[in-house]
Amino acid sequence: MKELKLMKGNEAIAEAAIRAGADAYFGYPITPQSEILEYLMAEKPHERTGMVVLQAESEIAAINMVYGGAACGRKVITSSSSPGISLKQEGLSYIAGSELPCLVVNVVRGGPGLGTIQPAQSDYFQAVKGGGHGDYRLIVLAPQSVQEMADFVDLGFELAFKYRNPVMILTDGALGQMMEKVWLQEQKPRRTSFPEWATTGKTPDRERNIITSLDLDSAEQEKFNLRLQEKYRKLEAEEVRFELTDAEDADYLLVAYGTSARICQKSVRLARDQGIKAGLLRPVTLFPFPKKPLKELAGKVKGIMTVEMSTGQMVEDVRLAVEGVVQVEHYGRMGGIIPTPEEIVDALGKNFLK
Amino acid sequence: MADRTGINDIVKDENLVYKKTSVLTDRVMHYCPGCGHGTAHRLIAEVIEEMGIQADTIGITPVGCSVLMYNYLDIDMQEAAHGRAPAVATAIKRLMPDKFVFTYQGDGDLAAIGTAETIHACNRGENIAIFFINNGIYGMTGGQMAPTTLSGMKSSTSPYGRDVQMMGNPLKMTELVAQLPGTWYVTRQAVHTPASVRKAKKAIRQAFENQKLKKGLSLVEIVSNCNSGWKMSPVEANKWMVENMFPFYPPGDIKLEGRLTGKE
Repeated sequence: MKELKLMKGNEAIAEAAIRAGADAYFGYPITPQSEILEYLMAEKPHERTGMVVLQAESEIAAINMVYGGAACGRKVITSSSSPGISLKQEGLSYIAGSELPCLVVNVVRGGPGLGTIQPAQSDYFQAVKGGGHGDYRLIVLAPQSVQEMADFVDLGFELAFKYRNPVMILTDGALGQMMEKVWLQEQKPRRTSFPEWATTGKTPDRERNIITSLDLDSAEQEKFNLRLQEKYRKLEAEEVRFELTDAEDADYLLVAYGTSARICQKSVRLARDQGIKAGLLRPVTLFPFPKKPLKELAGKVKGIMTVEMSTGQMVEDVRLAVEGVVQVEHYGRMGGIIPTPEEIVDALGKNFLK
Repeated sequence: MADRTGINDIVKDENLVYKKTSVLTDRVMHYCPGCGHGTAHRLIAEVIEEMGIQADTIGITPVGCSVLMYNYLDIDMQEAAHGRAPAVATAIKRLMPDKFVFTYQGDGDLAAIGTAETIHACNRGENIAIFFINNGIYGMTGGQMAPTTLSGMKSSTSPYGRDVQMMGNPLKMTELVAQLPGTWYVTRQAVHTPASVRKAKKAIRQAFENQKLKKGLSLVEIVSNCNSGWKMSPVEANKWMVENMFPFYPPGDIKLEGRLTGKE
């Protein structure tokens, strides 16, 4: 039965994982996302659905548990925050290189290093450019509300299995910690049959299944890389998701995702109240990135400004997408500071209306 | 023509005394002649065949010489990142508790980079088997010093012999994990003589059988040679192993049915 609840973003992700029919969660505590593991432990999903939940000895162990479970064709999820996600990069590279589906949640905090426990968007590069070694991409989903935190768990699993690729939900400490009402979907049953590539035990009716990312034959390894790239091009052709707010007649376009996009919706209204025709493009998928709609809008507007809780990372992809057609600026706050709608309008004015 | 050699009798099914297990593939192994990996692989394959658990066994290979073990065993296998096999195995076993799950790891993989994963899988008492091949050296990368390299032992990164003051002491991981409440069976074996091969096979069988009990983790260390890395002939390497490795890593049972034997 669908249910309406008031929940923290982190709790919504945990509850959504159970309801999505996830088979396992492996994680390690780190602020600001520990509620995910805490909620799961309190909910006893092993009694509700048979889902396995285990607190690992490290983020490294957790991501390798994800590897093991995913290689058995199971729906497996892990979560962490920035420093912990850095530790998971080796495992993510192996998961991408072995073409395993899984879901990884990054509730981003400010960095570099131990940084801060406050929200930030400074892991964009790490999320959309691969993150670990080798040529690979994650599918990256950027929720802007507690509702989307929940909804993207199911969507993430769907995309992960469709493309045999790790999916990351890139969110932040603000969305993880804030409470909103959320519609939770009905409980989906856990699967009872598994993909043909899964290591579930070699029965006499099939060849053995081997999960590996190793190929010492250079020609074969190159072929594999080209096949991965084909997959990423297919994602760019078929899975781009974005949302437009007042973009049709806009003179100035804001580009922002997640928490920043939520704030920019207010900034658009404030700007329009002042007579500035502002609009917003919110990428929902950060990889694949909405290059095409950006390019199209770039020809119609007088200026583009990205708003990110970082020193400017997504702005590079926006510039690549618009190919110099229009001036692209960046406005960002760091260290856990969340920009106000007003200061974004001020920045827009300073950049384009001086 | 009369069969004076008796060859037609010898090849009759009823006269068969030994044959390669069907759980080993026909792929030619890449291991150096004289290396213990081939024997250890065969023993695991034979046990899987004898127990009739080919369809219920999932193996995890390490990073190191035995990374390609999945080419030689006809079972479902996963290749883990360096040192992470016990974490990978943990998830597989938790998701499929009735399957037989084993890791196969070298000393660099298990006792250096994978120390945390090894200790915590052992301490949680995961119902898996760990087969730990200890040859005191990093074989795959060309003979560098391992956590298990003996004091004074030469390697490419301890060319004048391991100086324990500078490079630290060799690590007895097997004795260490035997102390943990999650381990049920901990033993050290070898595969350099027919008698030791028979014993090692019994230990491997025990490690698989133990998984039915669900009482904790079984770890079988196999002290082995690396004649290429040690820069010796296979015969010299086995002799050197007996004279130098065995005094520090003595073969024998360390923990039986959850109880220390006193040999730790």
